[in-house]
Amino acid sequence: MRTRKLEELFFRTLMVLATILVAGSFFLIVGTVFIKGIHYMNLDMITKTPGGGFYIGKEGGVLNAIIGSFYVAGGATILGLIISIPVAIFINLYMDGKRFLSNTIRMAFDVLFGIPSIVYGAFGFLIMVYFGIRASLLGGIIAVTLLVIPILVRTLDEVIRTVPFELRDAALSLGATRWETAKVVLRQIRPGIFTAILLSFGRAIGDVASVLFTAGFSDNVPTSLHEPAATLPLAIFFQLGSPVEEVQGRGYASALILTIIVLIITVLADLLIKKYSKHKI
Amino acid sequence: MTKTPHISVQHLNVHIGAQHILKDININIPDKKVTSIIGPSGCGKTTLLKSFNRLWDNTADVKITGKVLVDGEDIYDPNAEVTHIRKKMGLLSQRPYPLPMSIYDNVAYGPRIHGIRKKQDLDQLVEEQLKATGLWNEVKDRLNASATRLSIGQQQRLCLARGLAVGPEIILGDESTSALDPVSTAIIEDLFISLKEKYSIVLVTHILRQARRVSDYIIFVYMGKIIEFGPTEEVLLNPKEELTKEYVKGYIS
Repeated sequence: MRTRKLEELFFRTLMVLATILVAGSFFLIVGTVFIKGIHYMNLDMITKTPGGGFYIGKEGGVLNAIIGSFYVAGGATILGLIISIPVAIFINLYMDGKRFLSNTIRMAFDVLFGIPSIVYGAFGFLIMVYFGIRASLLGGIIAVTLLVIPILVRTLDEVIRTVPFELRDAALSLGATRWETAKVVLRQIRPGIFTAILLSFGRAIGDVASVLFTAGFSDNVPTSLHEPAATLPLAIFFQLGSPVEEVQGRGYASALILTIIVLIITVLADLLIKKYSKHKI
Repeated sequence: MTKTPHISVQHLNVHIGAQHILKDININIPDKKVTSIIGPSGCGKTTLLKSFNRLWDNTADVKITGKVLVDGEDIYDPNAEVTHIRKKMGLLSQRPYPLPMSIYDNVAYGPRIHGIRKKQDLDQLVEEQLKATGLWNEVKDRLNASATRLSIGQQQRLCLARGLAVGPEIILGDESTSALDPVSTAIIEDLFISLKEKYSIVLVTHILRQARRVSDYIIFVYMGKIIEFGPTEEVLLNPKEELTKEYVKGYIS
């Protein structure tokens, strides 16, 4: 009897400590970024491109990287959706007689999901070399698209699987073709698509390895797809690597900006998921 | 039954995976009558109903052999066009599943995919079918509201109107009242009775009283086989088969 109680107490303590560790590190990370970055945070940071000499700037801001990041993450998400929606529809609505094949495809995307982003960066770089594209906004978008496709496919797949079979049967019974049925399903999962977009965007905007060789870096806001584009994670990487203290501090400010962007996106995605599950039939 | 049957099932066998769900089914479903399929849970009632409009096509591991003739055409003929077959039958499922769109668009969906585009024609069709299902007065002021705003009983009538709008010949009801309250159930049952003037109706039900109230003929299915088929009064009050007797009395369920 005594040992059972001790066992209970021991594991309970272990769980509480682990939870505190995880939750604590969240606040520790956000806190560190905030404390170290807030000092260098000013309006210029988000409204101006770098200036004032030194490598990547002691003055001005990181507008180039903010806009570059939005371009890369936005472009990759749009491109990824164009590819992922047909895949998710196909494995769910066109392959129901071939469960083995569709599950194999699902597993393939799970594997892709787990591949480190540097591999996507390297792969994207090879594609660029093949097509003769230099490090540019386009190159970055291609590499990040590869990165977000598995996220989009798996999220959309999960969402489509929540659509009751009876809804498909209802459309089919009215004489709808598979594609017409798919359109009904897509309508039904509209909030889910939005969630997938936010998840993909959140991942894309924070990833550094995939844009390392592919997007390049520039102090200017890119004006075409073929110009190199700065991204926030790379800006942070370069700024923190600088020996100049002010530049380092600005790195933390950049990190703060990125963290806030990601936080907003995560919270939005979370709210949407909740809203979505409320309206399910 | 002097009339020619509307659906004629010949040697129908359905396997799902290793299970033999329906065993050599032979039945003639009469035209412009209500026919109820009764039987205990898991006996194959719904499987039989769904095989009438080929809803098993998209399910893995289902093997169907035999013939189902609708108006003399074998729907399992490899050359038969499945959308055309399904258009002939309206399905009313256990729970209403309105399409994720407005009340109007739900009813107009079927006609639209079959090529009716003119607003006038669609307006007329929508009004007609909503009136046929007694929903018109309840929704005429909010046709553009989301269909999910309706009560569940109204949704089921909307689903019926949606099915009727494509101009089917047959209505298939799969325990269509099982999610509804008694008042809505009565409305749907009355609709079935009035709709048999124009349509042949096949219902799956596990409520014997409902089968008795609504149907002209009854098919009793047990363990994947048709045990008895005949006019409602005969099957329920004076069954020929021992199994039917036991089921009707409530010994087996």
